[in-house]
Amino acid sequence: MTWEAVIGLEVHAQLKTKSKIFSESATQYGAEPNTQANAIDLGLPGVLPVLNKEVVKMAVKFGLAVNANINLKSIFARKNYFYPDLPKGYQITQFELPIVGKGILAVADPEGNVKKIGITRAHLEEDAGKSLHEDFHGMTGIDLNRAGTPLLEIVSEPDLRTAKEAVLYLKALHALVRYLDICDGNMQEGSFRCDANVSVHKIGEPFGTRVEIKNLNSFRFIERAIDYEIQRQIEEIEHGNKIVQETRLYNANTHKTKSMRSKEEANDYRYFPEPDLLPLVIDKAFIETIAEKLPELPEAKRQRFISQYGLSAYDAGNLISSQSLADYFEQTVKLSATDPKITANWIMGELSAALNKHDLTIEHSPVTTTMLAGLLKRIHDHTISGKIAKSVFEAMWAGEGDADTIISKQGLKQVTDSSALEKIVAEIIANSPEQLADYLAGKERLFSYFVGQTMKATKGQANPQQVNEILKQQLKRVTH
Amino acid sequence: MYHKTVSELSKALANKAISSVELTKLYLERIKQYNPLLNAYITLTEELALAQAKQADQARAQGQATLLTGVPIAHKDIFCTEGIKTSCASKMLDNFIAPYESTLTAKIKQAGMVLLGKTNMDEFAMGSSNENSYYGACKNPWDIERVPGGSSGGSAVAVAARLAPAATGTDTGGSLRQPGALTGTTGLKPTYGRISRYGMIAFASSLDQGGILTYTAEDAALLLETIAGFDPKDSTSAVEPVPSYSKNLNDSLKGVRIGLPKEYFTSQLDTTIGTTIHTAAKELEKLGANLHEISLPNMGLSVPAYYVIALAECSSNLARYDGVRYGYRCQDPKDLLDLYMRSRGEGLGAEVKRRIMIGTYTLSAGYYDAYYLKAQQIRRLIQEDFIKAFKEVDIILGPTSPTTAFKINEKVDDPVAMYLADIYTVAINLAGLPGISIPAGFSNGLPIGMQLIGNYFAEAKLLNVSHQYQQQTDWHRQMPSQFN
Repeated sequence: MTWEAVIGLEVHAQLKTKSKIFSESATQYGAEPNTQANAIDLGLPGVLPVLNKEVVKMAVKFGLAVNANINLKSIFARKNYFYPDLPKGYQITQFELPIVGKGILAVADPEGNVKKIGITRAHLEEDAGKSLHEDFHGMTGIDLNRAGTPLLEIVSEPDLRTAKEAVLYLKALHALVRYLDICDGNMQEGSFRCDANVSVHKIGEPFGTRVEIKNLNSFRFIERAIDYEIQRQIEEIEHGNKIVQETRLYNANTHKTKSMRSKEEANDYRYFPEPDLLPLVIDKAFIETIAEKLPELPEAKRQRFISQYGLSAYDAGNLISSQSLADYFEQTVKLSATDPKITANWIMGELSAALNKHDLTIEHSPVTTTMLAGLLKRIHDHTISGKIAKSVFEAMWAGEGDADTIISKQGLKQVTDSSALEKIVAEIIANSPEQLADYLAGKERLFSYFVGQTMKATKGQANPQQVNEILKQQLKRVTH
Repeated sequence: MYHKTVSELSKALANKAISSVELTKLYLERIKQYNPLLNAYITLTEELALAQAKQADQARAQGQATLLTGVPIAHKDIFCTEGIKTSCASKMLDNFIAPYESTLTAKIKQAGMVLLGKTNMDEFAMGSSNENSYYGACKNPWDIERVPGGSSGGSAVAVAARLAPAATGTDTGGSLRQPGALTGTTGLKPTYGRISRYGMIAFASSLDQGGILTYTAEDAALLLETIAGFDPKDSTSAVEPVPSYSKNLNDSLKGVRIGLPKEYFTSQLDTTIGTTIHTAAKELEKLGANLHEISLPNMGLSVPAYYVIALAECSSNLARYDGVRYGYRCQDPKDLLDLYMRSRGEGLGAEVKRRIMIGTYTLSAGYYDAYYLKAQQIRRLIQEDFIKAFKEVDIILGPTSPTTAFKINEKVDDPVAMYLADIYTVAINLAGLPGISIPAGFSNGLPIGMQLIGNYFAEAKLLNVSHQYQQQTDWHRQMPSQFN
């Protein structure tokens, strides 16, 4: 029997609010240490939390997007543990009654196969501050700017079976929270963090003991860490050892996981209902108002792109990975009124490559949808060839204007006048008696020689298809 | 002048019989004279008081005074007062100058009252005798060998010995009413949520409620009007509008139904106190009230349930005192654990540590259901007992404390005996109801308190009955002769 991994993920998505979950302090990233921490964030004696209503809307939005059961009454609880960057000695979170209950996220692989991954729950909580261990000469610096930043913790069912699948799920979730505009998804800044629960078992046998891996802050690390952990667990068991329930830390330099604490060392969090906050009660009307404003979600968009534009599952999957990219595509298709598949190819080919090269996101592309559409139109009406189009694109990227301006300025207009072309082709044939003789003797590959000569003569501005046609006709005439 | 109530002082100030500066000086003099003996104040804010008094006199001269402008007051040292040491009677916060003002004290400040100082208390409001203070025990002015009750002992003593015409306090399980009873003062604990808890240092969040100690119910009404109300900074504060409590003080008691719970009058109650409460009930009957015997069947469970819930919450509420950001930090910690253990070990007193440990235990994995959850179920039963009772009666009447003031050191080695001092008061906190203790007589020269309990937000009725009783009796007007 073969080994199978069982993976469940816990994602902490930082909610995109202006102020903290229980205080009025700003949540902006990167401020001077402790400049965004007020009396409440510092846990001064006598202060009380007041719930930021925006986070409730965002949690409900998420719940609706994963078809989850939204609890009209949810309860905040205290999770008690001591740590210097946890000012109150407890974290306010939700425990027994979270705002979002069971839901489902459809995850598509590049081939378009869809797997439904269960969402166990999603709950609201506050983030802790940061402990800085460097630069303090054996002491620790505490920055409480992040303390009280709102988080939505999204817990999946153990429905994932491979590291690749886990990453697909995470990417789908990442796209979803950004579509919903509830999280900026910035993994480097810690706005979207992931812990993984991994176990292995033989198919048909009960699930194995799970190990939690922390400190996963990129899709690549997540995949590597899970793969490493699966392998490690299989090897342990095959060597006759038992897997112990523990928390392991992923080291991005060694690509290994290392034991952090065992179950015995785990904190007893002594959860109990937060007495400083009333139960969070929402009504159906509140949920409906949010439901009405829900945008088209990634999976629905993916399916629509396939049916409406005839795209492949792969292309559709790529284009919907962010709302802006999908919008860019649709806008360009609309403006150019040309083949959506070619539009998709250009966006995922030339444009994506250029964006990656310059480390830009689609929102900051110097080539606008109007510009790209202008270029696509000229390809479509044969003004320029695909090859020339690439140099036009480069010029557009460099800021030399729109496609038409560049084409006329650089004289790149494709020669489509057939009488002119016919004349050029006739001259080339006449000037190449040896090649003609060989061709007529059966060396058919010399056809490309004639094409090449024609393109050279027209400085690449001839329509290759048209050149082919004319060449075929004229060569046929010679043989008869 | 120091015999006068807040309401009388308000009139005296309005009539220019005295200025606020003169009045403030008078109280400051008395504090300097008697506080060394009584230890009612932790901090005296003399300079501030005189400045505020001067301001109050100016405001009055300009016709901008409220009824309370220029009247002195003392705050329990549990309320954060901006720029003033707020210690909660703990070594942990001995160096803590609050950088912000609590909602309750802000409202009092805004009304133009003059702050005399911050009063002694049991550390973090944990105690029923005021013996658990880092600043030493506070003495009962009726017999300085006895405790004044707690935890708002300093406030009760300040009022009883006329070292302040009124003082604020808090009540988590009887901390306003029991010291009120033991010192012959009027102690009002309003409905949970009636007064904002913002800036009031937490002991047990679901039970804590701010309130006042005064000579009379009339004064309590006047002050409650000022400090009650919804506060956006406290999600548990009530949106219920604040009525004019003074307006209904003189309503007739005709037809008011008063219930005496049979569970209150058992052998556990001192017989003199029992007789005194019955006499007081008869007095109310004479005023037109109807007396009924009622039953609160789950009363006996209230002390254990209370101590489980209060201590669970306190174990979490006090976790912030870790020596990291403010407050006491031990010398030369060798690592993080050492920093935590010694800062908390040295900075917190014995009773506070006992309560944190019990609370931590009851919330632990495997014990939560047996203790915390069970206690919450009992809490609901107790609440239901009261809801049922208030269908039959308007006010519930009983003793505040099973005994009069006990001797200092008498119960310090027996925490359970100490916890039983709260037997008549904790159920009211568990249910979140308003309660008041008013003086109803004496036993061997020590005051006896009568407790009146009202329905949710029925403070007006509670104060009306108390005021009517105080119109017929003069227990509340009596004063320990040593300080007269």
